[in-house]
Amino acid sequence: MDEILAQASKVADAAEVFMVTTDETQVQFETNRLKHIQSKQSISLALRISREGKTGYATTTQPGGGQELVDMAVETARFGTPVKFEFPPAGTYPAVEVFDPVVEKVPLETMVEVGEKLIATVTSHTPEIICEGAVARATMSVHIINSRGGEVSYRKSIFSLGIEGSLIRGTDMLFVGDGESSCQPVLSADNVTRAVLQQLEWARDQAPVPTAELPVLFTPNGAASALIAPLMAAFNGKTVLEGASPIGKKMGEMVFDRKLWLWDDPTVSYRPASRPGDDEGVPSQRTPLIEQGTVAHFLYDLQTAALAGTRSTGNGGRNRGLPAPTPSAFIIAPGSTTLDDMVGDIKEGLVIEQLMGASQGNVLGGDFSGNVLLGYKVENGKIVGRVKDTMVSGNIYQVLKEIAAIGSDARWVGGFLQTPPIYCPRVSVASK
Amino acid sequence: MTDIAATAQQLAEVIRRYQADYIEARLEESQTSHITYRGRELESIGRAVAAGGNIRALVKGGWGFVSFDSFDELPGKVELAIKQAQFVGNEVSQLAAVEPVVDSVPAGIDRNPVTIPLAEKKGLLDEYNDIIWRTPKVQTSVIGYSDSFKKVILVSSLGSNVEQAKADTSLRVNIVATDGSEVQQSGISIGSRGNFDEVQGLHRQVEETAQRAVELLAAPQAKGGEYTVVLDPILAGVFVHEAFGHLSESDFVYENDRLKEVMVLGKTFGDEALNIVDTAAIPGMRGSYRYDDEGVPATRTYLIREGKLVGRLHSRETAARMNEEPTGNARAINYRHPPIVRMTNTFIEPDKASFEDIIGDIKEGIYARNWYGGTTSMEMFTFSAGEAYMIRNGKVAELLRPVVLTGNVFTTLMNIDAIGNDLEMNQGGGCGKGGQVPLPVSNGSPHIRIRQCLIGGR
Ligand SMILES: [Zn+2]
Repeated sequence: MDEILAQASKVADAAEVFMVTTDETQVQFETNRLKHIQSKQSISLALRISREGKTGYATTTQPGGGQELVDMAVETARFGTPVKFEFPPAGTYPAVEVFDPVVEKVPLETMVEVGEKLIATVTSHTPEIICEGAVARATMSVHIINSRGGEVSYRKSIFSLGIEGSLIRGTDMLFVGDGESSCQPVLSADNVTRAVLQQLEWARDQAPVPTAELPVLFTPNGAASALIAPLMAAFNGKTVLEGASPIGKKMGEMVFDRKLWLWDDPTVSYRPASRPGDDEGVPSQRTPLIEQGTVAHFLYDLQTAALAGTRSTGNGGRNRGLPAPTPSAFIIAPGSTTLDDMVGDIKEGLVIEQLMGASQGNVLGGDFSGNVLLGYKVENGKIVGRVKDTMVSGNIYQVLKEIAAIGSDARWVGGFLQTPPIYCPRVSVASK
Repeated sequence: MTDIAATAQQLAEVIRRYQADYIEARLEESQTSHITYRGRELESIGRAVAAGGNIRALVKGGWGFVSFDSFDELPGKVELAIKQAQFVGNEVSQLAAVEPVVDSVPAGIDRNPVTIPLAEKKGLLDEYNDIIWRTPKVQTSVIGYSDSFKKVILVSSLGSNVEQAKADTSLRVNIVATDGSEVQQSGISIGSRGNFDEVQGLHRQVEETAQRAVELLAAPQAKGGEYTVVLDPILAGVFVHEAFGHLSESDFVYENDRLKEVMVLGKTFGDEALNIVDTAAIPGMRGSYRYDDEGVPATRTYLIREGKLVGRLHSRETAARMNEEPTGNARAINYRHPPIVRMTNTFIEPDKASFEDIIGDIKEGIYARNWYGGTTSMEMFTFSAGEAYMIRNGKVAELLRPVVLTGNVFTTLMNIDAIGNDLEMNQGGGCGKGGQVPLPVSNGSPHIRIRQCLIGGR
């Protein structure tokens, strides 16, 4: 890395080398039994330079190919965007616990046992169900250096398990599933098992749904599948800078219900999305986004922040290509109402566990619209069965403007979101 | 850089020294470039090279898989894959018999798109961007261009040794228009098998797309509910891919007895006029190849013929386990993943109806065009049209906000009651499955009409 930085510094005004190596092992179950074991070892090296005021960028999987990397970066710098920022100098980083050395030592046998137990519990509850599952452990090391002397490096471990079950009766198909991940070993599948069994219980019968505006309760999984993509787009500093975010000019205004609090936090211990610094080496911080329904801040990387005349929030993420503003983990504050109380409050309505294809519409405008892959009908305060052939549509700027209640028990979903259940009084439901 | 051809030959030797029911090594080197515009400004321009490989081993029905970027200690990686497979395996391995293949397949293009000067690519995108920004009320836009050229070598314990070169180019344009707090968008998606010409000359189409985004600001939203819906070839192609294609991928089916009952060959799925085909064997499309990633030759597979289920897509393992012929549909998006059963070029064959025949007797319906996205849960599908119009008294009427269509796959296939004579293939799609996304595919159809289709709305 140092050599590549030195080579790049000869032809560039400033340079940054980002390297991540990952070693992952996964045991996979198909049709209720162990089927595959996979190991993936990967190296990714990215060089970003500033040359004559413009950005150059290239990546490789071969650390030995330094000169080729520098040449490609120089080639792209002829056309690159004007560099508006400086790489961060040497600095101090918050201590964020994301590495547990035990993770890489968890034996294959143990991973298989955890998966088998999970599947056995689910299949003993519902013998006809067919499950796919995976138990995975990974360690990664991230290292960033730049020509201003900035440097950050850390190791992270991730352990995850997940299950998807399908229950087929004729052409009627029911899909259930859940997962859990942590930077520490997850050797008990109890949380996941409990969630899946609950889904199976609630989906035991089918119930009809009218086409109407109905109260809808989004479970944590349901909120993740319907409401989060529009929020992520709206709070992205780049969307704001372009003027395409519906809330871009509403900082300090109450756009959402006053019960709603949202922040981005990469500093929570042992969460897979946590890290001491972002992918540009900017120290991690907790950034409030919605406070009491009021727009509080947006997420920035270095370049976008410079263009917007503000500071990076430590949200430079590399998904594909150059760093861009990226949420680390969205956290929605829990409320004080229990799930039972919220369900009990609904005379006729739905509980949404999974909306399929919800973010295909006008996400930027706040729209969500999807088929209920897993959801339940509530009648007179009780879940009476699963709903089918039902479409739920709305716009987050209407649906989250008036929230009936926010649940007291928040859950992590997919490692990137912690949310309680959210109960909305009126959402459009269309059914056959 | 590592010479992957030489490494592959060494690996072919190494593989021979080990005992397993089947071992393969797949090595890959690739180069890519991308240019992204966001708004008026260029957002990102970059180049990448990658090289790596994987070993996959089968022992007593269990699979081991090791992928890597470092070519050091390859025999150790072969041993690890075998050890993993042994750890899993506890039955009899089954793989459909195929002949070993030794072949070398060129990319079939005049010039490698990655080596076209960045200045030329950027110049083209600048022209498109100028057109977009000449349109009033355009708030922002994204243009994403990317290309790739890769060489993949497969060697296996069967004695196969296949080298294939593949190129790909894709262009996506998304334009956002705003008016007060109203936000609407419209887009195009073009792909080709590495032929840069295909993404050139789209000036007119870009202009129309920008204008449509603006027009949508004033368009009404469809009222949610059931309609007779006519799909254009692009959207019908997405429908056939999403709603039916994924169901015919045998890895979902082969060990699932209940799904086998649903997907039993000979069962009626639609009207006699309905014929659905998947084939990688027609050259030049984005899902085309000569051999899949297990070295099995590409075929042409009828999935539905005259309304009846007659075939499905297989890897060597699913074919053997279902006692059917292999179809050459095991594909991996890159060397970091094992091959899984995937579609290639999937389409509804044309019938006789003209567009006028199809819409002529619709009193009130929806004409849904273009592609925005789609997904399926096997039983249910949901996909989004890029644009939509009301049909009133047999005529295409006012423009609507984009609609989301959803329904039960089986009912909806049965409800297709008219198939046009105007087959068109769409090369802009990318398919996702098992974390391998976007895999180049194409899909297509003539115009089709669906009775009683559920439209989301408010
Ligand atoms: Zn697909």
